[in-house]
Amino acid sequence: MNTLIPRQPALLLSGLLLLCGSAAVQAQPAATGTATTLPERQVRTWAATCAACHGTEGRDQGAIPAIAGRGADTLYRALIEFKGGQRPAATVMHQHAKGYSDDELRRIAQYFAALPVR
Amino acid sequence: MTNMTLKTLQRRQFLTTLSTGLAGAASLGLGGCASLIGDKPIGRVVVIGAGFGGATAAKYLRKWEPRIEVTLVERRERFVSCPISNLVLAGSRRIEDITLPYDGLDKYGVRRVHDEAVAIDLEKKQVRLARGEPLPYDRLIVAPGIDFQYDAIPGLAAAHDAGRVLHAWKAGPETVALRRQLEALPNGGVFALSIPKAPYRCPPGPYERASVVAQYFQRAKPRSKLVILDGNPDIVSKKGLFLKAWQELYPGIIEYRPNSEVIEFDNRAHVARLETEDFKADLFNIIPPQQAGRIAQPLISVNNRWVGVEFQGFESAKAPGVHVIGDATASAPAMPKSGFMANNHAKAVADAVIARLTGQPLNDSPVITNTCYSFVSETEAVHVALVHKWDAAQKTLAPVAGAGGLSAARNALEATYAHTWARNIWADVLG
Repeated sequence: MNTLIPRQPALLLSGLLLLCGSAAVQAQPAATGTATTLPERQVRTWAATCAACHGTEGRDQGAIPAIAGRGADTLYRALIEFKGGQRPAATVMHQHAKGYSDDELRRIAQYFAALPVR
Repeated sequence: MTNMTLKTLQRRQFLTTLSTGLAGAASLGLGGCASLIGDKPIGRVVVIGAGFGGATAAKYLRKWEPRIEVTLVERRERFVSCPISNLVLAGSRRIEDITLPYDGLDKYGVRRVHDEAVAIDLEKKQVRLARGEPLPYDRLIVAPGIDFQYDAIPGLAAAHDAGRVLHAWKAGPETVALRRQLEALPNGGVFALSIPKAPYRCPPGPYERASVVAQYFQRAKPRSKLVILDGNPDIVSKKGLFLKAWQELYPGIIEYRPNSEVIEFDNRAHVARLETEDFKADLFNIIPPQQAGRIAQPLISVNNRWVGVEFQGFESAKAPGVHVIGDATASAPAMPKSGFMANNHAKAVADAVIARLTGQPLNDSPVITNTCYSFVSETEAVHVALVHKWDAAQKTLAPVAGAGGLSAARNALEATYAHTWARNIWADVLG
């Protein structure tokens, strides 16, 4: 690894001491780094597909609705209505919700409901 | 707090500082720090390529399993997004708007190495670099994107190297250069956009490019024409939506020619040779046929172009322990090569690699989704959505019947969503 020494190691070192400490704390968020069972891994992986539009952990940065920390029942009802084509003015969600069983949608809703809003 | 735990804590803090110092001296990245504070490291993963697939995989591996040490190899210092790059060509966005730093990944403890991976040593389980020491791995994720097959169009390499005929199909300097060429095109000049036979990266991308460049012509050089030389027998994606937009928004500007593959380019005469005619234009933008990126080419197993993988864990058919994701893979049925898909592959592969390194079973119901927005003008967009699920009988990620679909009509809301989507996925990829 010797050849990976950056151009100014002394300068970087002091900065890294701080950075690394904070990285250690943030790298192990309780909500996401703890899935161990297969069902927990499954719902975490399904929910992660939503992040591409709704933001990592459902924390959107713009016009698409944020879903982290919303009520599980509210989210589940919305997903079921999308799936059944009962939500007016749906753009893409009616097409996505049809890809999941009701039970899968419930687990996804519960996953996002349990996440902190920020 | 008991003495015992205090001692442990102090020892841990000491170790933290020590390992931090070592990591700091050894590399730019922060790999190893977090894992030494928590439980013992359980494996080393090297990820080659920090595009939509590779960077996401590195981030989610660390996010979900901090005991894994992750090293991400990428030759570029900054990420440039292909999605939205057509708007840079049209002049409504700047290259700076789609250029992003990689340092957001540092907080996850992803160790970044900005170097070029030149070889994979399957026996020693090492990635060889152009400049640095080889990187050892327990599991390898390869996300190299595409390379162009210039040999397929004789004469094109010379025209490209001279800077005359660009692809601009990897966002970056060529995007800026093609924008300059479009600006320099005289009013009344003919612009020819050549599309290779499918599969290629981003199926609707060329038609989006035609749409937004046509709008630029309409405003800035209304006597100019845009001719699409499509190597395919028909519009590959969102056909009805694109055709309607072209007819209603840009009448007389876009001419669409199916079955018009460019088979040779005459650099001296500046003429594209098609099967049945020679085609002359003032400015060409030729998107060449594509294959898996160079580092993955020894793993190619499908049609001499793409890397075959099993779709539960994206492991290469040729090299156990080596996972390949994104545009370089032989796609599952009806699955496009897109940044969105690569971002989803990355999460499935992160989960599979964690399962392999922790002795857990693979996910028996992975889901891969896609929402692909295309701008038909600066202010209106359309989409196609897809949901793919693991089908154990067919051993593939099959489209879910009844799910997915297209926009009913082009609309302004989806243009807003497309910009928000871009911001969100960039943040999801880059931290």
